Amino acid sequence: MARQPDGPPPPPTVQKLRLRYTKRGPLRFASHRDLARALERALRRAQVPMAFSAGFSPHPKISYVGAAPTGAASEAEYLEIGVTRPCDPEAVRLALDAALPPGIDVVECVAAQEGTGGLAERIDASVWRLELPGVEPAELGSALAAFLAKDVVEVARRTKSGMRDVDARAAVAAATAGGEPGCGMMTVVVRQVTPAVRPDDVVAALAAVADLRPPSPPRAVREAQGRLDDTGTVADPLGPDRLASTHCQGERATV
Amino acid sequence: MTGETLYPRLEPLLAQVQKPIQYVGGELNAQVKPWDDVAVHWALMYPDAYEVGLPNQGLMILYEVLNERPDALAERTYAVWPDLAGLMREAGVGQFTVDSHRAVADFDLLGVSFATELGYTNLLEALDLAGVPIHAVDRDETHPVVVAGGHAAFNPEPVADFVDCAVLGDGEQAVGDITDVVKAWKEQGRPGGRVELLARLARVDGVYVPRFYAVSYGPDGAIASVARTRDDVPARVGKRTVMDLDEWPYPKTPLVPLAESVHERMSVEIFRGCTRGCRFCQAGMITRPVRERTITGIGSMVDQGLKATGYQEVGLLSLSSADHSEIGQLAKELADRYEGTNTGLSLPSTRVDAFNVTLANELSRNGRRSGLTFAPEGGSERIRRVINKTVSKEDLVRTVTTAYANGWTQVKLYFMCGLPTETDEDVLEIAELATEVIRAGREASGRKDIRCTVSIGGFVPKPHTPFQWAAQASAETIDNRLRLLRAAINSDRRIGRSIGMRYHDGKPGVIEGLLSRGDRRVGRVIERVWRDGGKFDGWSEHFSFDRWTAAATEELAAFGVDLDWFTTRERTEDEILPWDHLDSGLDKEWLWEDWQEALNEEEVSDCRWTPCYDCGVCPTNGTEIQIGPTGRSLLPLTVV
Repeated sequence: MARQPDGPPPPPTVQKLRLRYTKRGPLRFASHRDLARALERALRRAQVPMAFSAGFSPHPKISYVGAAPTGAASEAEYLEIGVTRPCDPEAVRLALDAALPPGIDVVECVAAQEGTGGLAERIDASVWRLELPGVEPAELGSALAAFLAKDVVEVARRTKSGMRDVDARAAVAAATAGGEPGCGMMTVVVRQVTPAVRPDDVVAALAAVADLRPPSPPRAVREAQGRLDDTGTVADPLGPDRLASTHCQGERATV
Repeated sequence: MTGETLYPRLEPLLAQVQKPIQYVGGELNAQVKPWDDVAVHWALMYPDAYEVGLPNQGLMILYEVLNERPDALAERTYAVWPDLAGLMREAGVGQFTVDSHRAVADFDLLGVSFATELGYTNLLEALDLAGVPIHAVDRDETHPVVVAGGHAAFNPEPVADFVDCAVLGDGEQAVGDITDVVKAWKEQGRPGGRVELLARLARVDGVYVPRFYAVSYGPDGAIASVARTRDDVPARVGKRTVMDLDEWPYPKTPLVPLAESVHERMSVEIFRGCTRGCRFCQAGMITRPVRERTITGIGSMVDQGLKATGYQEVGLLSLSSADHSEIGQLAKELADRYEGTNTGLSLPSTRVDAFNVTLANELSRNGRRSGLTFAPEGGSERIRRVINKTVSKEDLVRTVTTAYANGWTQVKLYFMCGLPTETDEDVLEIAELATEVIRAGREASGRKDIRCTVSIGGFVPKPHTPFQWAAQASAETIDNRLRLLRAAINSDRRIGRSIGMRYHDGKPGVIEGLLSRGDRRVGRVIERVWRDGGKFDGWSEHFSFDRWTAAATEELAAFGVDLDWFTTRERTEDEILPWDHLDSGLDKEWLWEDWQEALNEEEVSDCRWTPCYDCGVCPTNGTEIQIGPTGRSLLPLTVV
């Protein structure tokens, strides 16, 4: 008979907290797994009363929503954690932020409110800002116009199962170009579809339609994530929780 | 400008390489100090990939010790994978530290920790990438002083042309002394240039400067003499030994990487040194005497370390952890302290006895019991007497069976192949042992799904051990014995399917043997291999046996010696060994007697339990074993 852990099951989740955090500076080179490890350790150091799964290798209850690719920076990454006693979201934010390396900054924390729906359902698009050092704004503008004029732009992407073609055009809901002399800049609203279209794919698409080849690797920053509405705006995914919490202020303990 | 960051030029390259996170630093507990605030700048290198080098305790300790000094700073650098190295050469970006991305060439010192000789080619690659001449004689006072440390530094002769000095023994105090010397020399306006600096360093206890010793060779190829070329340096260089480890509770704030590393846990060294006297074990010989940390010292290191890192698991490290005089109490009280906190405790189990199972049970009191490791090292009782790791077959089977009966489902057994006097039969006994272990284990646990993994490494004779004179087994001998063993394990499928066998072919061990017992002539081989593209020799996908053998043949021919001369040749008592002028404290006559006793299958007892000063370490170095019990105990931590 296999051994079972002695004692009662682990304490249940009594509250869910939703967090927005960043990936800034050199930490843009962290992969999703790197970030997950750093967050789990920081949660322990910050002594956040995490809920754990049962069994011999209990895992803290954390759900990650999406994840910016390795090499891309982000101002808007999201996750949800389960805790075993009610916490003041701002106290959790401060404690966790202090326990994380600089560059992974916890910028918002709200308590999930009943009846407002899941976090994942509130995110279906990203706003990316791309800096292209060595590319002139005018050159970028005309390449982007050529790209937007197409219905389909296929680019080759390396995946675990070899190269595959991805349509970079259909996922792009909107895009604008600008920048300053010597460094082009564009803002692109990309729908989170399967297979995912990444900022790199959009840059590759500009090479395909207009032969635009940046002399050095572009820098991508995810500026926002959320649900894309009919007006082309990406809504704040923590908005519904924040709104609901102003109507019902429960009693909160500190961390 | 010196000490300037290379990051803006490095960043575009990082977007094009595998696992860029390993090059950006920013680890938890990493330290960055302003360049101009300190007099002495150390770059500390672990000459392997970041994922292997980051958890290295030695480097982490020195990093903290040096950064605590107000007049010094230390930053870390690791071997760069070929994808990035290629881009760095194209872009003219030099070897950099991960902390502040400063050029290694800007530092006053480059300390390199050699846990294994297979990092030598990576040192050459790093020097070349840094723009530092690979040969010590070609460097001037603008270049860093290259300091080798770690266990392999007890025979630095193969890298004597590439390093400026080597530190023997514990580094905690030695790095401080070296810092003082460099600081004074710089403040005085660098009198006498680099040679004077090295001469001053050569007078620091434990520091060996190879260029001040001339080696000559006889007609038989063996060393004829080693003579110092200045009379102000010691004729023999002794090792450093830190006494009272409780005063050196490092690392206090262990580094926690963002990237995945080979050890996803925190380590606390519970004692240093080992007196078991296993004759194959270089670590056990060169780190004598045993110095224990006290139970309370360990308790506070575990507590502080966990708070500083957020790690979920703590390993209690040493060469034979179950030998700590307070280990039973330590295991119980740590388990009490961390009960219900999802904190794992582990002991690298090596000794084969029932007490080890009791300890492991205690540490995993309410956690998962998956794997337990024992290291009998030799397959037969006879060979275990030769290596002085005596355990009877009955005790071994009984111990492993106890582990299965206590809910451990996987047991790993470590063995070596190619030991002195070994025959095919000695190795084939491993199969019998594993078979009995499974049979008895199934009965004791009532389970069919228990497993036993037999893990086998080829034995490499090491300097400063009784086996330093031994003939190394050839790669063919080892490969053949492992083939026979595999066939024997597979002969009974009903049992064999529960036994796993893990091993490497014998070839890398031959090169490790060349580098371990090599002399200065081997430096030519290392350089040739590196020039032909060799690096990351500890990685099977990068290691090329053919490249090494070709280089050895060509570079050694002029000296009338070859690869076999360094590896499969048994040495005689009167031969001058390349490391004889480096003193680990062990008396050479005692080592020779112990070698003869090994050949006679005689055992030697442990001085931890029976007073004995025969090995010579304590009288030579003025040291004593430091063990408990202290009679103290761990109080429960106050709840925060």
